Amino acid sequence: MITDVQLPEPKTPLPGATVNSDQGLLMWISSVDHKQIGIMYMIMTLFYLFVGGLLALLMRVQLMMPENTFLAPDSYNQLFTMHGTTMIFFVLTPAILGMAVYMVPLQIGANEMAFPRLNAFAFWISFFGGLLLYFSFLAGGAPDAGWFSYAPLNQTQYSASPGIDYYCIGLLLSGIGTVSTAANLAVTIITLRTPSMKYKYLPVFVWMVFINAFLILAAFPSLNAALAMLLIDRQLDGHFFNTDAGGSALLWQHLFWLFGHPEVYIVVLPPFGVLSEVFQVYSRKPIFGYPFVVGSGIAISLLAFGVWVHHMFATGMGNTVNSFFAVSSMLIGIPTGVKIFNWLGTMYGGSIRFTTGMLFATAFLVEFTIGGLSGISFAIVPIDWQLTDTYYVVAHLHYVFLGGSLFGLFAGFFYWFPKISGRMYSETLGKWFFWLFMIGFNMTFFMQHILGIIGMPRRVYTYPNLAGYSLLNLISSLGAFLMGGSMLIFLYLLYDAIKRGKRAGDNPWDGYTFEWLTSSPPALKNFTILPPVYSFRPVHDLNHPEIGDYQKSDEEKYGTKDTD
Amino acid sequence: MEQKTLIKLIVGSEAIFFLALLMAFVYFTYVPTLNPRVATTLDLTTTGLFTVLLLSSSFTFWRAEVSFRRGQTKSLRLWLSATVVLGVVFLIGQGIEYTGLLSKQLTVSKGTFTTSFFTLTGFHGLHVLIGIIILSIVLYLAFLGDLDDPDSALLPSVGIYWHFVDVVWAVVFVVVYVLPHFLTPRAS
Repeated sequence: MITDVQLPEPKTPLPGATVNSDQGLLMWISSVDHKQIGIMYMIMTLFYLFVGGLLALLMRVQLMMPENTFLAPDSYNQLFTMHGTTMIFFVLTPAILGMAVYMVPLQIGANEMAFPRLNAFAFWISFFGGLLLYFSFLAGGAPDAGWFSYAPLNQTQYSASPGIDYYCIGLLLSGIGTVSTAANLAVTIITLRTPSMKYKYLPVFVWMVFINAFLILAAFPSLNAALAMLLIDRQLDGHFFNTDAGGSALLWQHLFWLFGHPEVYIVVLPPFGVLSEVFQVYSRKPIFGYPFVVGSGIAISLLAFGVWVHHMFATGMGNTVNSFFAVSSMLIGIPTGVKIFNWLGTMYGGSIRFTTGMLFATAFLVEFTIGGLSGISFAIVPIDWQLTDTYYVVAHLHYVFLGGSLFGLFAGFFYWFPKISGRMYSETLGKWFFWLFMIGFNMTFFMQHILGIIGMPRRVYTYPNLAGYSLLNLISSLGAFLMGGSMLIFLYLLYDAIKRGKRAGDNPWDGYTFEWLTSSPPALKNFTILPPVYSFRPVHDLNHPEIGDYQKSDEEKYGTKDTD
Repeated sequence: MEQKTLIKLIVGSEAIFFLALLMAFVYFTYVPTLNPRVATTLDLTTTGLFTVLLLSSSFTFWRAEVSFRRGQTKSLRLWLSATVVLGVVFLIGQGIEYTGLLSKQLTVSKGTFTTSFFTLTGFHGLHVLIGIIILSIVLYLAFLGDLDDPDSALLPSVGIYWHFVDVVWAVVFVVVYVLPHFLTPRAS
């Protein structure tokens, strides 16, 4: 039975309500508990992951063979738009928020977020934003101008169906939710840390969420402003982006990418934090170069606001502008590269346990590096001119979003699954899932690098039977089905773990941070008593006092001691 | 402490939102050269008067906070009421200005100048309205006698928001109403 899973429950029903809200669905709807809200974020993410994945599979069926007529061009436009929008705004963004909302209070030794009701508000407004976006299918057509909805294609004369209006409202609502949660997380980390947890002892995941909160607060307003303007254009016949009436298409691109590029780091920084936890615990070694992991995170967040024009090299802004942004885009590869070496250094000499979480983390190192290298090639302006709007871009962005963000999130999901559910999952099923997903992923997207280089444009519903196109597209489609199939194994793994999984102990992986100190799953009140913090591995200090970090100097704790 | 940190972060985020709207306005009216109609269309004197009223509401709110810290209930209610009234008067002023423009057929869809003008000032007006609603709730609490804990973060947090709304207007006023007069070559 699924019902015997212990779940955190509020102690008292909804105050002033005449209905019983301490059980069942109403308990979830009325909950302000950070753990329940975190779980709801994850369920929402999983739901949209399947929906978005299904849209992608439909597109791959259409592209499986040349001159296919499975989908009409206008349905294809709606599908790729909804796929991109869903995956970025309703899968990756809520996934990182959900993990942060669940884990941050636990890792800093707090019992709640600073503003529990704001937390619930933010979740529900994002949730309804997603529903509104999908309602567009019933209201006369989904948005069809791509996830970045370029002007003037987003104007009523080119996209007459109400899809883009729903796109604006849906994303505005979820954007408000995201900003609220970011502010909430930042305040939580500033004010609710257990007294002895100094900033230099924050777990790396908390550091990344903290940096990320500021990134969200600074990046999302650009998007919200752009969406409000677009809505005014479409509903009140305004002229911000309407090029026929003196509006500017470039203004939309600037505002969108001023949000859009930081967004890439918004969905990848928390996975960086997750990976830092996963690597150190499964390698049984403290993270190598803690100050560098944190410092490079801060560097990435600052540089993130200086690179947006590399999405616009093809708009003819002149060599001076292009050169500046080419250099800044290459610069951002440095702190990211630093992190890769931090994780390699953490694995080096460790006694590694290749659980499913660790497999995803290790695969991340490879896939994300491929995505990073193809990203660097876009910073070279002439290459960008050649490859922009081809499948090479599609391959690149999927290597960073899937191979980067999603692999990191999966690593964290398997790492924290015993804590969240109180059950162990089957490693056999986990490994099947990992290998099938990983092989499917590379089959799908590695081919697209080549497709892009030989000139296949993206966002076109079909292609002629040119040399190489058919075979590469067929392999790509088969890989997509392999990924889809592996997701069914993932579902079965969840069902199996919740129904039959062994009870997990409080600390099954010998973890380092405070979430492993509570019961699995944590009770409504996370902690009653906490040990003092002397390093960034407080639970390790507690469980292994003979080799604990608390007796070491700072240089040794952070691995910055010169041993020559 | 928590409330104040939260409101500071939100205000910082909102500032970037207004910056985006302001950039759109500047882009459409100042680039490549100033649209000369701006200076003639908008009424500097009347809006200037209402601007002074809105900015003085920051002063009355500051007095309300001082009374609150000293526990002077009566003057707290007085200064808070004055703040609300000044906010409402500003909105009425904006309403009069909008009606005047609309009667001259200057609607949102007239051109890029009106689109960006109404969006920028309209979003500011919306923020003033939200501020008035919050202040009215605070005022209601003050009349109930519930504002008696001098350590409460309620009033200082509301204050951060209200002062922010005023500062945004000061910037908007300078960029939209004042600067065009200095940049327009005077016909002699």
